Amino acid sequence: MDSVKKIISKYKKDRTRLIDILKDIQAEEGHISEQTIRALATSLKISRAEIEGVISFYHFLAERPLGKYVLYLNNSITSEMAGREKVAKALEKEAGCHFGETSPDGLITLLETSCIGMNDQEPAAIINGVIFTSLTEEKARKIIARMKEKQDVQSMIEEYGDGANQHELVRAMVKNNIRKKGPVIFGDYKAGEAIDKALRMTPEAVIDEVKKANLMGRGGAGFPTGLKWELCRKEKNPNHYVVCNADEGEPGTFKDRVLLTERPEMVFEGMVIAGYAVGARLGVFYLRYEYSYLRKYLDFILDRMRQQGLLGKNIAGMNFDFDIEIRSGAGAYVCGEESALIESAEGKRGDPRDRPPFPVQNGYLGCPTTVNNVETLATATQILNRGAAWFRSMGTQVSAGTKLLSISGDCKSPGIYEVEWGLTIRELLDMVGARDTLAVQVGGASGQCLAESSFNRKLCYSDLPTGGSIIIFNKSRDIFSIVRNFLDFFIEESCGWCAPCRAGNVLLKKKFEKIVSGLGTAQDLAEIESWGKLIKSTSRCGLGQTSPNPVLTTLTSFRELYEKKINKETDFVSEFDLKRAVEEACQITGRQFQEERHDA
Amino acid sequence: MPEKLKFSLDGRECVGEQGMTIYEAAKANGVYIPVLCHYEGLKPVGSCRICSVMVNGRWMASCTQPLLEGMVIENDTPQVNEYRRAIVEMLLAEGNHFCPACEKSGNCELQALAYRLGILVPRFPYQFPKRKIEAYPGFLLEHNRCIQCQRCVRGIQAEGGLKIFAMKNRSADVRVNVDRKLASKLSERQIQKAMDLCPVGAILKREVGFIRPIGQRKYDRQPIGSEIEGQK
Repeated sequence: MDSVKKIISKYKKDRTRLIDILKDIQAEEGHISEQTIRALATSLKISRAEIEGVISFYHFLAERPLGKYVLYLNNSITSEMAGREKVAKALEKEAGCHFGETSPDGLITLLETSCIGMNDQEPAAIINGVIFTSLTEEKARKIIARMKEKQDVQSMIEEYGDGANQHELVRAMVKNNIRKKGPVIFGDYKAGEAIDKALRMTPEAVIDEVKKANLMGRGGAGFPTGLKWELCRKEKNPNHYVVCNADEGEPGTFKDRVLLTERPEMVFEGMVIAGYAVGARLGVFYLRYEYSYLRKYLDFILDRMRQQGLLGKNIAGMNFDFDIEIRSGAGAYVCGEESALIESAEGKRGDPRDRPPFPVQNGYLGCPTTVNNVETLATATQILNRGAAWFRSMGTQVSAGTKLLSISGDCKSPGIYEVEWGLTIRELLDMVGARDTLAVQVGGASGQCLAESSFNRKLCYSDLPTGGSIIIFNKSRDIFSIVRNFLDFFIEESCGWCAPCRAGNVLLKKKFEKIVSGLGTAQDLAEIESWGKLIKSTSRCGLGQTSPNPVLTTLTSFRELYEKKINKETDFVSEFDLKRAVEEACQITGRQFQEERHDA
Repeated sequence: MPEKLKFSLDGRECVGEQGMTIYEAAKANGVYIPVLCHYEGLKPVGSCRICSVMVNGRWMASCTQPLLEGMVIENDTPQVNEYRRAIVEMLLAEGNHFCPACEKSGNCELQALAYRLGILVPRFPYQFPKRKIEAYPGFLLEHNRCIQCQRCVRGIQAEGGLKIFAMKNRSADVRVNVDRKLASKLSERQIQKAMDLCPVGAILKREVGFIRPIGQRKYDRQPIGSEIEGQK
């Protein structure tokens, strides 16, 4: 309990730091015990029920004791395509327990988790916070053997990745896979120049420059960044905040991970500039749990920026104070939604808020807040450096500049590509060396599944807007397995607040399985479409409003596959299986099941 | 005096006030928009979505959406009613709702909405989930019937705003979680309030039941919403 007390006092009994506190306790003690919850309730002055509610919301926090080694294996679609099942079986066999369980000796716990941002090097897993990529059966066996020898997890890494993955504070086997460097994110850059330039302008002029550049949010929603800053600035309140959304959880996206190792200053500089523009003195950097391995490195970069006068008091000698605090997530896709992220950053369950009021009016701690994506902020830094006109010279009329794409799946070179907006899917497939392509998933699970007839469409805000997750499927892949993986993802990641998303997605999946199993009729096909539209229309936040997309967009692109599955001759197929229904009763009574005889 | 706002509701010109939600503005004009998670005096949370209306072609929850000048609102249209019916059916299929055996029958808002919307049987397959019944001093928590509306979370708190009821888990596993220690200090009046707040039969006061016979209960004689429509 001493360590728990220490952790609580480290965060000054601040209720808004509950996630950080729980995360630290989880790392220290392996779980959050009843005794700990009681101690937390007393010192933070919140009820036990509420703390239990927070713990149970997040993947990486647990009330029940877990093993000394906790392995989270990614279950995203690219992980499946790269051989996840074989790896999972090998892990289960060696560890002596199934997924969801702890080995009998209490040494190893095996768990599944949603996309961890390693789609270009799957199957990947997180073990006690350390990332393992490109797993094979052999590697899996080796890892478990080393666990049995009680080795330190970090020491199990044999080779580090490139770039800052080799930094002594990171030491990760993660590879950057930067395949194409563009002029914005990977262009010329010297830390501090953009801050220097911005602070010599008025905040209004900074906003104006970003507006002129027509920068739109790079996380996926595409809201104009300059306008967001302006709306936030206009709100009358003594406190304003900048929040950086580093919770990239959309299956298939991993660009922010690379930005954070290779261009962290550019991101933090963007936060300073945003802070100056909106009138904030504090920036909150919300880092997804899966990227905790970057935490020490990012803290180090922030410290270095403080020493260089780029953060803290009197930045660049221009009488502007601004600092950045890192807040941890604990594993929840929905926290990528800006209002859920704010709730989580305040130490609560990551339930989205009702809007209006929007975060620019009522955000972090009830104050006007601009929430911007990692890439958006890095891009803003370069816009200040090189000017709006330079930025507008790239991309299309509406969609200016470049975009980082996270490309994974069936292609020769998965990885990060910085491209100008306006690229067609066909050009993209050529660029990455994709052959025999069946489908391209643009924008992750919540995006669209495109068939060949759409490969002339362009990546841009007026045609195919995207946060940059691109997953490629070749002709050997089964569309229904992909849809199933995505539907399971949304069922798992729904916060459960509103009825259409919570109950609807479960029912939608049942209907999907009915059709795929061959028991569907034309009516089922009509119903799955209308249920999908209902969930999209009435759900409370972006998660529910996009969750039926895997079904709806494949119904558009691959309708013939669904048509083939349904029974055309009949309008009703019974799902009821009498033998299965009476199985339990037969066992209890010891009687045999007999088909009803009509001749009796 | 708050600013007056003009809006249209199913083609009728109406006037509301700045600061009202769509639900409140409709009510002030004698129009009932069906609600389930919403409760007068509690902060709206928009969890059931039954109050969804179409505003200028976009879906919005009327319990949380502030009224704006010039809104064109569709409330009593075939499409809006169809979606509402579907959501009520979803809730009925999601839990275990056996009305004839329920203490809340006749006072239950979910049941009353199902009647009002003309639901005979849900279009969705019943999920028959395995859920618990928890006993606390003075009351029972019947998870089979809970629809996660969060009225108890919002309406019943301990001293210092401590949450006696809080949400636990997520996705389809989301449940009301009770702080046993704080719940043991609930007064009889608070327990009665919790039961009255609960729109279904999930929170039940112990050792009393069926005081008012079925047939003489709140929604047995007139449909839900008629108290608002009667003001016209």
